[in-house]
Amino acid sequence: MAASGSILPLSLRGVRFAAGGRNIIDGMSATIGAGPATIILGANGAGKSVLMRLMHGLLQPTSGEIAWRAQDAERVRRGQAMVFQRPVLLRRSALANILYALELARVPAAECARQAMDALREVGLADVAHRPARVLSGGEQQRLALARAWALHPEVLFLDEPTANLDPGATREIESVIKAFDASGTKIVMSTHNLGQARRLGDEVLFIHQGRLVESAPVDAFFGEPASAEAAAFVKGELPWV
Amino acid sequence: MGLVVKFVLASLLCTPVYAQQRFITVASTTSTEQSGLFKYLLPLFENKTGIQVRVVALGTGQSLDMGRRGDADVVFVHAKPLEEKFVADGFGVQRFEVMYNDFVLVGPKSDPAKVGGSKDIVTALQKIRGAQAPFASRGDKSGTHFAELELWQAAGIDIAKDKGPWYRDTGSGMGPTLNTASGMNAYALADRGTWLSFKNRGALVISVEGDRRLFNQYGVILVNPAKHPHVKREMGQAFVDWVISLEGQNAIASYKIGGEQLFFPNAAN
Amino acid sequence: MDTLGQIVALSLAVSLSAVLLAALIGLPLGAAIAVGRFPGRRALIVLLNALMGLPPVVVGLLVYLLLSRAGPLGEMGLLFTPPAMVIAQTLLVLPIIAALCRQSVEDAWVEYEEQLRSLGAHGLRAAVTLVWDIRFSLVTVVLAGLGRALAEVGAVIIVGGNIDGVTRVMTTTIALETSKGDLPLALSLGFILISLVILLNAAAHLIKEAAQRRYG
Repeated sequence: MAASGSILPLSLRGVRFAAGGRNIIDGMSATIGAGPATIILGANGAGKSVLMRLMHGLLQPTSGEIAWRAQDAERVRRGQAMVFQRPVLLRRSALANILYALELARVPAAECARQAMDALREVGLADVAHRPARVLSGGEQQRLALARAWALHPEVLFLDEPTANLDPGATREIESVIKAFDASGTKIVMSTHNLGQARRLGDEVLFIHQGRLVESAPVDAFFGEPASAEAAAFVKGELPWV
Repeated sequence: MGLVVKFVLASLLCTPVYAQQRFITVASTTSTEQSGLFKYLLPLFENKTGIQVRVVALGTGQSLDMGRRGDADVVFVHAKPLEEKFVADGFGVQRFEVMYNDFVLVGPKSDPAKVGGSKDIVTALQKIRGAQAPFASRGDKSGTHFAELELWQAAGIDIAKDKGPWYRDTGSGMGPTLNTASGMNAYALADRGTWLSFKNRGALVISVEGDRRLFNQYGVILVNPAKHPHVKREMGQAFVDWVISLEGQNAIASYKIGGEQLFFPNAAN
Repeated sequence: MDTLGQIVALSLAVSLSAVLLAALIGLPLGAAIAVGRFPGRRALIVLLNALMGLPPVVVGLLVYLLLSRAGPLGEMGLLFTPPAMVIAQTLLVLPIIAALCRQSVEDAWVEYEEQLRSLGAHGLRAAVTLVWDIRFSLVTVVLAGLGRALAEVGAVIIVGGNIDGVTRVMTTTIALETSKGDLPLALSLGFILISLVILLNAAAHLIKEAAQRRYG
């Protein structure tokens, strides 16, 4: 839990990320503030995944600046968690996976078991606590990844296309967990190309196209009256492949 | 996992056991080892003295090298000139004659060089070279190899210059050389002991035997503790003493294969 | 003197000890190289892969020169003892285990890296977690090393001296009996050796399957 003061807002200034001879992120400036659930929206190949990793600190920008409000690197790292498109779980029980994360976060041993079970209950996986994580279904594994993130009580939760590989039933389950996260005060930053999902979960939209931030607006305004041509085309499903 | 741990502990624990056991290292030849002599002889010595004899069977040249390096306590080989030089150079304390046997020339039953039944090894070698019949040589600095070279010299043949494709230098021990000879239907010089216990003869038979020049003398030497202080002088000397004692000599004489005696004790006493 | 049981037991003791030592050193080494980033890393990987093909007889010669009384470690009196054979086989098997472990860990690292870093596991901690997670694949790696150790003759015959009752193992006995022309005996020993290797491999396969079922 964030100690004194929040690590937000996160500000990006002129961020560029080059790889393979081209700019995947091309001069992006934005501010991610506390409060509204932020959706990073864009077509496949727009640069959403790279942007998520830049923000979370897994990648370093080629040029430009990514700065959190807090200076302490450890606090900044502890204040975030990320859920990936494919859940990466260890070959242990579901409970053990969460315990691993808690041990890394140096939660006192006596507390770990209780907090881990709480997290499993939160996502409805309490009854498979001792099942090997890797034999769970795709949806259950992703829920477990969310539980692991939940147990850490991060200030910011990054989600990179968390339901892209799931069927509608599992997607619904994941979305309800994300909504619960949101309701509990965690800042949600989620990338998706799914318009319906963006509407269901988001409060504000950052629309990315070819590595640039094209439009930034509250969700209703974005879908009701997209200001840019690319956004309009995307919303209508008419955006060509990048 | 537990099994592995047990194995490791067992082998590691064996180390002090091996270290505490009283033993000497004897560098010897493949002929004494492969003829089975040591398997017969050594338990007698061990039972009497409680000293384990560990034989590294290499070949005369290598065994003497081991002695020079100090990796053995005793050498037991069969090349008198080399042994005498070993002592003269200060690496050995004293040379004692132990036993002798003889060499035999083995060759294919078909006998391409027509030497079968002869008692003259020198003439036989000349005929083999003349016929360019296949000949397998040890080529490994062993006592047998040394003896072979001396015989070529006695036959007036400079084998280093005169060898052609018919002369096969195997660079290996007596057994492998006999295997090669058997496989190639070649002639070879072998010590009688190894020949008698050799099981893969193929079409090989004894072609030439009984020549005085085929006499093969074995000697035993304690490695000089003055040169290598760690040498186990007392135990090594005990082995040397026993081998040339009446008891040891009788034991050597009593080793037989198929009723035939392999080695003839001739220690000076 | 030697019985068949003694020979087989010694072979297992020597090779298992060597593989255990090689694994204790080689697994962390391979994992560290897989996960670490340092100058000369690529050259080190190439070297490690090349050392997998170290000729056993060359290793035997080098260890012999080290352990001989005339050599630097002669004082220890290890030449022609089972520990010398363990040393030689450890050196032989170490590159195999390290190189194959590096490959497995590097492949797994691709899958795990982002998530582990996101959770705050770096360097050593991440490598340990990774190696433990792929432990059953590493069984195959260790087995490859064991197969090599049990099968080789060049190293142990030189540093062990093939002494009856002391340093004679299955492979050196086969070599000896063959050179004495006793081919039937050599063949029988050969079959025992092959059966042993097959048994070990079968056991490992079953372990991996059971683990797959339990942990996914």
